[in-house]
Amino acid sequence: MKIGVPKETHKGERRVATTPDVATQLLKLGFTVSVEAGAGAEASYTDAAYIAAGCEIIESAKDLWAKSDIILKVQAPEADEVSLLHSGQILICFLWPAQAPELLNKLSELEVTAIAMDSVPRISRAQKMDARSSMANISGYRAIIEAAEHFGRFFAGQITAAGKVSPAKVLVIGAGVAGLSAIGTAKSMGAIVRSFDTRPEVKEQIESLDAEFLMLDFKNEGGSGEGGYAKVMSDEFIQAEMALFAKQAKDVDIIVTTALIPGKPAPKLITAEMVKSMKQGSVIVDLAAEQGGNCELAVPGEVTVKHGVSIIAYTDLPSRMAAQSSQLYGTNLRHLLHDMTPQKDGEVVVNMEDQVVRGAVICKEGKITWPPPAPTLSVKPKKPVVAPAPIVAEKKKSPTGAIIGAAIAAVALLAVGSVAPADFMAHFTVFVLACFIGYTVIWNVSPSLHTPLMSVTNAISSIIVIGALIQISSEDNTIKWIAVFTLLITGINMVGGFAVTHRMLNMFRK
Amino acid sequence: MISTGLISMAYIAAMILFIIALSGLSNQETARRGNWFGISGMVIALLATVLGVVSKNYVELMLALVVGGSIGLVVAKRVQMTAMPELIASLHSLIGLAAVMVGYANFADSAATHTGVALTIHDIETYLGVLIGAVTFSGSVVAFGKLSGRIGSKPLTLPGRHLFNLGLLVAVIFLGYLFVAQSAAGGGMLPLSIMALIALVFGVHMVMAIGGADMPVVISMLNSYSGWAAAVTGFMLNNDLLIVTGALVGSSGAILSYIMCQAMNRKFLSVIAGGFGGSKSKAVAVDDSEQGEVITINANETAELLLDAKEVMIIPGYGMAVAKAQLVVAELTSALTAKGVNVRFGIHPVAGRMPGQMNILLAEAKIPYDIVFELDEVNEDFPQVDVSLVIGANDIVNPSALDNPDSPIAGMPVLECWKGKTSIVLKRSMATGYAGVQNPLFFKDNTRMLFGDAKETLTAVVGAL
Repeated sequence: MKIGVPKETHKGERRVATTPDVATQLLKLGFTVSVEAGAGAEASYTDAAYIAAGCEIIESAKDLWAKSDIILKVQAPEADEVSLLHSGQILICFLWPAQAPELLNKLSELEVTAIAMDSVPRISRAQKMDARSSMANISGYRAIIEAAEHFGRFFAGQITAAGKVSPAKVLVIGAGVAGLSAIGTAKSMGAIVRSFDTRPEVKEQIESLDAEFLMLDFKNEGGSGEGGYAKVMSDEFIQAEMALFAKQAKDVDIIVTTALIPGKPAPKLITAEMVKSMKQGSVIVDLAAEQGGNCELAVPGEVTVKHGVSIIAYTDLPSRMAAQSSQLYGTNLRHLLHDMTPQKDGEVVVNMEDQVVRGAVICKEGKITWPPPAPTLSVKPKKPVVAPAPIVAEKKKSPTGAIIGAAIAAVALLAVGSVAPADFMAHFTVFVLACFIGYTVIWNVSPSLHTPLMSVTNAISSIIVIGALIQISSEDNTIKWIAVFTLLITGINMVGGFAVTHRMLNMFRK
Repeated sequence: MISTGLISMAYIAAMILFIIALSGLSNQETARRGNWFGISGMVIALLATVLGVVSKNYVELMLALVVGGSIGLVVAKRVQMTAMPELIASLHSLIGLAAVMVGYANFADSAATHTGVALTIHDIETYLGVLIGAVTFSGSVVAFGKLSGRIGSKPLTLPGRHLFNLGLLVAVIFLGYLFVAQSAAGGGMLPLSIMALIALVFGVHMVMAIGGADMPVVISMLNSYSGWAAAVTGFMLNNDLLIVTGALVGSSGAILSYIMCQAMNRKFLSVIAGGFGGSKSKAVAVDDSEQGEVITINANETAELLLDAKEVMIIPGYGMAVAKAQLVVAELTSALTAKGVNVRFGIHPVAGRMPGQMNILLAEAKIPYDIVFELDEVNEDFPQVDVSLVIGANDIVNPSALDNPDSPIAGMPVLECWKGKTSIVLKRSMATGYAGVQNPLFFKDNTRMLFGDAKETLTAVVGAL
C-alpha cells in the first residue's frame, strides 16, 4: 500500500508525520512512502533526506492525496483537505472525535477509514503508539523552557562573588505525563519543585523525581477516574485545593498547570486574585490553554502580562519543537502500522478484534465506530480488598516450649551420664567443645569462600581414614580388604578435596 | 611403633591445624595458607597412625593410598569450575561410604572387647555411624545425579511420602533395638544390614523429593552429615581426633544450611520435607496474560546502554554457570572498566546450586574479588545504579518475593535491581525459574530482555563495545 505524507496546512503547525528514519522502517514493512515537497522543512527534515531514505517526493498536494492509500498526518484535516479524501482511504492523525463530531460525520460520508491517534487506548501494550504521551512529554519540557525565557532569574541557586542567588520555586499542578516531564526538567535546571495532583497514587512518581508532593489535608477522596485520568472532584475538595493554590501562589515564582479532565473544559484553578498575589516577574505556563486554560486570565495561544505576571498559554508547544516531536510522533505511527501489518507485506489489516485498533479506529469504511466499548484496564482499579489476616501468623516462640526442650535434653544427658562409662563422657566433652569451636570459626568464614569451605571440610573429614588404618592390620582377610577399599576411597577424597580447594583459592585475586 | 603418648600429641597437633585451616577461610588472603595447614594436619595424623597403629600389610596400605590419591588429584585438576557442585556431592558420598565400611569392619572385628553398658553404647555408636554414613552416601549419589543432569531436578513427590519417611524411621529404631539385643548375644549382623538398606532408601528418597532451587541447602546438609558420620565413628573408635574433626565439619555444614535457608526465607524442616522447586502452579493463580509486554533489546543497544552508564551492577545466576559465560563476563568487565564505568557484582547467597558457587566462577575468570559484593552490601545502592545486568538469574531478582505475600518465594531477600535506572535481563526464554514463579521484573518499564544463550549474546555485546 502507498503511504502519503502531506505538508501540514494548519496555521503554525511545523511538525510532519514521518521523518526519514521512520520512513526507512516503513519501507521495511513493505509500504511505499510518498512525501509532499517541503513537508519536513519546518521540522528540519529536507526533501533530499527523504529521497535518501527511499521516499518519493510529490510536488502537488492534490496528486499526493489522490495517489495514496494511507494518509499520515499530524493535525486533523482542514476543510480543503477533507475534500481531497476519497473512498476507501485510510487516514491516521489526531482527530479528537469528541470535540469535532462534524468532521467525524464528514469522514463517514466519504467512506474513509479514520484512525485517531488521540483515541489509542492507554493500556500497557499500546504505550509505544501513545502519541498523546509523546506530545505531552515534549509540552512539559517546553513549558519549562518557555517559562525560563520569560523568567528574569536563574533556576538554580548560587552563591557568587556578587552575592547570593535564591533558587526559583516551581509549582507543577497535575502530574500526568506533561507534569512529570515539567518536574524533571525544572528539577534538572536546579529549581525547587513542588507538585500537586488530585490522584494520590502519583505521589510516589513525583517523589521519585525529587520533587515535593503537596498533600491536601482532606478526607480520603481518590481523584483517579477511568484510564488513569483525573475526574471531577467534590466542591469541598476543590475549596481545599484552591486554598492550597492561593497559599502557594504567594510563595512560588513559576506555576505550570496541566490539569485536564477528559471531555470536559479545563478546570479553573488559578484565579485572577491568585495571579495578583504572585510576585512581580513570576511566570504561569498554562498547558491546558487549548481546553480553555487552568488560569482565568490566560488567553489561549498567546503570552500576556497581567499584574506583572507573564501568562504563557501557547497551544502549540510540541510544534515549537518540531524536529523532536515529529520524530516521536512518526515513531508512534510506525509502531501502530507495524502492529496492523501482521504479514509485513505492506497490506494494512484493520482487525477490530484487536483492542488497540478497536479503540483508535473511529470510522471504518464509512461506519462510525466511535466511541469504542469501555476499555479493559491492564491495571485494575484496586478494589477495597478485605485485608487477609497476615499470612504468616507470627508464631510467638513460647518460652515454655524452649524450657521444655531444654529440660528434656538435660534429663536425657543426665540419663546417659548416669550409666555411661567415664571414657565416653571424656569423648563427649571433647565433642561438645569441638561443636562450639566449629560454630565460632565457621561464622567468620567469608560468604565468597563457602565453596572452598565445603571442599576443605570435605577433605579433612577424610580423617575417617584412621578407622581404616586401625583395621588394616587385622588377621581377618575380609576386614583387611574392606579397610583397603576404605583407604582407597578416602584417599580419593583427601587428595581430591585438598587439591581442588587449592585450585579454587588460587583463583581469587585482588 | 611409636608410643601412645606421641600419637595423642600428633592428634592434638592435627586438631589445632584443622581449626586454623578453617579459621583461615575468613578472608581470601589467609585462605591459601589455611589450606596448607589442613594438609599438614592430615599428613601428621596419617603418619602418626601408620607408625603407631599399623603392624602389617603396609604394601596394600600404600597402594590404596597412592591409587586413591592419584585418582583424586586427576579429578581435582580436570574438573570444570562449573561442575564444582557435582564434585563436592560425589566427594560427600565417598565419606558416607567410608563411614559405612569402617562401621561394618569395626563391628565384625572388635565386638568382644566391650561388656555391659559400654557394649550397648558402643553398639549404638556403630549403628548410628552406619546409619548416617549410608544416608550420606545414597543422598549424595542422588544429589550428584541431579546436579549433573543425570536425574531430573524436579522434586519427586510420592503420595504419602511423609508417612513413608515416618515408617522408615520407626523401622530403623526397631532394628536398632534388635541389633543391640542380638549383639549382646554375639549376633546382630542381620539387623545392621537391613538398617543399612533402609538408610540407603531413605537417603535416595530424601534428596529425590527436593527441588533444584533447594540444592544449596541439600549440599550443605550432606556436608554436615558427612561430618557427623565421622564424629560418630570417632566415638566408636574412641578417637578424639575423629570426634573433633567430625564436629567441626558437622557444625560447618549445619551453619551453611542455616545460612542458605535464611537466604531463601525457608524453614530447614520444610526444605528437608521436600516438594519445593517444582511448578506447583496452584499457589500462583495470577493471570500471566495480564502481566503486560516485555521489551526486548539487542546486543548493540545493550552495549550502548552499558557505555552510557556510570554504575553497572552485574547479577549472575545459575544460567551463567550453565552457559559457561564467566570468561566473557570478565572480558565485558575489563572492557567497561577501561572505559571508566564502575562495574560491580551483586551475589545472592543462593545464586547457583551450591553456597559460594558464583564467587568461584568469577574468581576462575580472574574477576578481582574486591568488586564482588554480597546481597546486603549492594542492595541499598541500586537507586544509583544505571544498568543492572542480570545474567541467567530469575528467582533471586523477583520483586514478588517482597510485594506478593501469596508468592511461594514471599519473604525471600532478593536483589532489588528494578530500583535502578535500567535492568537488562539475559535469558534463554521466558521460562520461569526453579521456583516456578512468574517474574514481574521482566514486565517492568525499565527492564529490557536480551534473549539468547548468555555466552553468545555477551560475546556480541563485547564485540559491540
